[in-house]
Amino acid sequence: MALRTFIEAIRETLAEEMRRDPSVIVLGEDVGKKGGVFLATDGLWAEFGDDRVIDTPLTESLIVGASIGAAVNGLRPVAEIQFADFIFPAFNQILSEASRMRYRSNNGFGVPMTIRAPYGGGVHGALYHSQSVEAFFTHIPGLKVVIPSTPYDAKGLLRSAIRDDDPVLFFEHKKMYRSVRGDVPDTDYTVPLGRAAVTHEGKQITVVAYGLMAHYALEAADVVADEGISVEVVDLRTLRPIDKETLLTSVRKTGKCLVAYEDNRFGGYGAEVSAIVAEEAFDYLDGPVTRIAGPDVPGVPYNHVLEDWFMVNPEKIAAGIRKLAAY
Amino acid sequence: MAVTRKTRSDLAASVGLTDADLIAMYRTVALARAVDERIWILNRAGRIPFVISGQGHEGAQVGLAWPLERKKDWIAPFYRSIATCLAFGMTAQDILMAQYAKASDPSSGGRQMPGHYGNAENNLLSLSSPVATQMLHAVGIALAAKIRRTGQVALTSMGEGSSNQGDVHEGLNFAAIHRLPFILVVENNGYAISVPTSKQLALENVADRAAGYGIPGVIVDGSDVLACYRASKTAVDRARRGDGPTLIEAKVIRLTAHSSDDQQTKYRPEHELAELRTHDALPRFRDELRDAAVLTDEIETGIAAEIKAEVDAATEHAEHEPDPDPSTAMRWVFAEDWPSEMPPAWGLGGHRAAAGGNHGTAGEGHGTADEGHGAAGSEGGGR
Ligand SMILES: Cc1ncc(C[n+]2csc(CCOP(=O)(O)OP(=O)(O)O)c2C)c(N)n1
Ligand SMILES: [Mg+2]
Repeated sequence: MALRTFIEAIRETLAEEMRRDPSVIVLGEDVGKKGGVFLATDGLWAEFGDDRVIDTPLTESLIVGASIGAAVNGLRPVAEIQFADFIFPAFNQILSEASRMRYRSNNGFGVPMTIRAPYGGGVHGALYHSQSVEAFFTHIPGLKVVIPSTPYDAKGLLRSAIRDDDPVLFFEHKKMYRSVRGDVPDTDYTVPLGRAAVTHEGKQITVVAYGLMAHYALEAADVVADEGISVEVVDLRTLRPIDKETLLTSVRKTGKCLVAYEDNRFGGYGAEVSAIVAEEAFDYLDGPVTRIAGPDVPGVPYNHVLEDWFMVNPEKIAAGIRKLAAY
Repeated sequence: MAVTRKTRSDLAASVGLTDADLIAMYRTVALARAVDERIWILNRAGRIPFVISGQGHEGAQVGLAWPLERKKDWIAPFYRSIATCLAFGMTAQDILMAQYAKASDPSSGGRQMPGHYGNAENNLLSLSSPVATQMLHAVGIALAAKIRRTGQVALTSMGEGSSNQGDVHEGLNFAAIHRLPFILVVENNGYAISVPTSKQLALENVADRAAGYGIPGVIVDGSDVLACYRASKTAVDRARRGDGPTLIEAKVIRLTAHSSDDQQTKYRPEHELAELRTHDALPRFRDELRDAAVLTDEIETGIAAEIKAEVDAATEHAEHEPDPDPSTAMRWVFAEDWPSEMPPAWGLGGHRAAAGGNHGTAGEGHGTADEGHGAAGSEGGGR
């Protein structure tokens, strides 16, 4: 066991996977000598050289498109998009190409590729360095979407993502990079894709979350526990394919469900979770499925007062829990 | 005294090939044309709902694909690439199966529109509909070839209209920086559906853009099969040496409408259509090979008979193959099935459309024989 920050866990996993499998390469903007703007790839270039750690030009569509081609021809590319906000020039390659390659070729071709991108607000990043973009991608059949919340999960899930035979989007909340620490075993463990975790057991309300919100949900659960409200927290970890079993088992037990997500509320990932719960656990519900989510403005504003207003935090989640508990 | 027939004509020697190679190339051009003509007939007869094809491009495609090594090198084709695919290992039957979209269609198992070829066995990458996306895949294939030191070359082809897409810029720039074993073929037929080249680019030639990437840009007459072969051979040799990519622009003609949903007389002047055939690679190559005594009456007749039999058999086979079964429609979203990725409320199977099946008929919204363009092609004839 060793104590690691979130980003250390990512960095170590990349290095270990590259040592383990010579077909793993890393490419993206500033990932080489500099080691990435958040230092997620620090040290990789020194160890693995120009061939396997590639500083690309400022061309997101190429980063993804060339990764698709490289994946088809025997490599396992791990592409870094510098900020999730800048993934959209590559959207067509992800949507029309990576996600559909296996289906459209009737299993003739697969795309074993991982796309890593830092996402999320609360870091004074404003509209274009704070976005949560997962809903654009969880909508797409053929993509796996992963958002870990602990160094342990980050390591186990990144290993699974890199070893997976299909494209995986791996979003890392940038506020967690250095603020979140946790124990990580020295073993070659994996955390399987498509499995949620119950990170806090409780009886009255299920709070569903992922990424930074999984931490805030735990904090909120602690706060309301003192008030006598028993909360179960489900950390989804993989958003698609979703682990319905863990989600529905929890909601059927508690009878109430609150989904916390940082993205804009309307049409966000939590809307799908809510629909699944409403359709498949209706008979067990004792209250409306509730969302605590980012406001529907076009982005996270920069000024700290406005940013604080935007961000979902433990207090806002706790307030939602109280209201639902009283229903 | 009997004349001893030379085993290798001067023509073959001039391009470093054998007479047998030249005949095989001719056969491929002629086969592609025969397949192409057949699928238009099948469309007009209401047997297949949609056609997009490559008449007028075949000579260039065969010449350009020929120097690549089958099952080693890679091609990311586009929707006009029938001849490219045939030259690279697919068969007439494979092409017909894609038109009929049958379960055993090797390109997609009937999932994609006709024209979206792909074949893992032959290193022909599956293509999608958004144009030019395959550019980056071919660049990535070349990148992997370089990193893995496989000695492979990757070629992709597209139209001149598609060459305006941003992915082409991103890809050429990257391929040039890393001296990737990559070839971009632009098959310039003068139109992007209805829009002439003068409204697509300010330059005369797409190849002129190569200078901006620091790579060779080569212009070649697409009706001259052997000129295309030579241009491609040079590019392939250069790529294999590690000297980097080449952009080849082949000036070709589009002998048909853009697709079966298009009415080209609306935007193409009559005299242009009338004189198109004078730039056709097929008769030109035939004459060239006959003049060089590579192609004789006997060989030509034999090839024609073989091709007819092959295309007839392919059509027959495709007609009688089963349609895909809806119980397979959820397969291959991922490599493995996921219980949470659920079938729709109506389940799998038992809900085929009542009438018409897969076949385009008048009133179904696909092109009808007398209209010549689609009533309800999703992009108003723009697909
Ligand atoms: C991104 C995208 N935009 C529009 C279309 C519709 N479309 C299909 S082919 C085509 C014209 C392409 O012209 P060109 O690249 O010159 O190739 P050609 O068909 O002439 O061989 C258009 C507009 C498309 N398939 N993809
Ligand atoms: Mg064109």
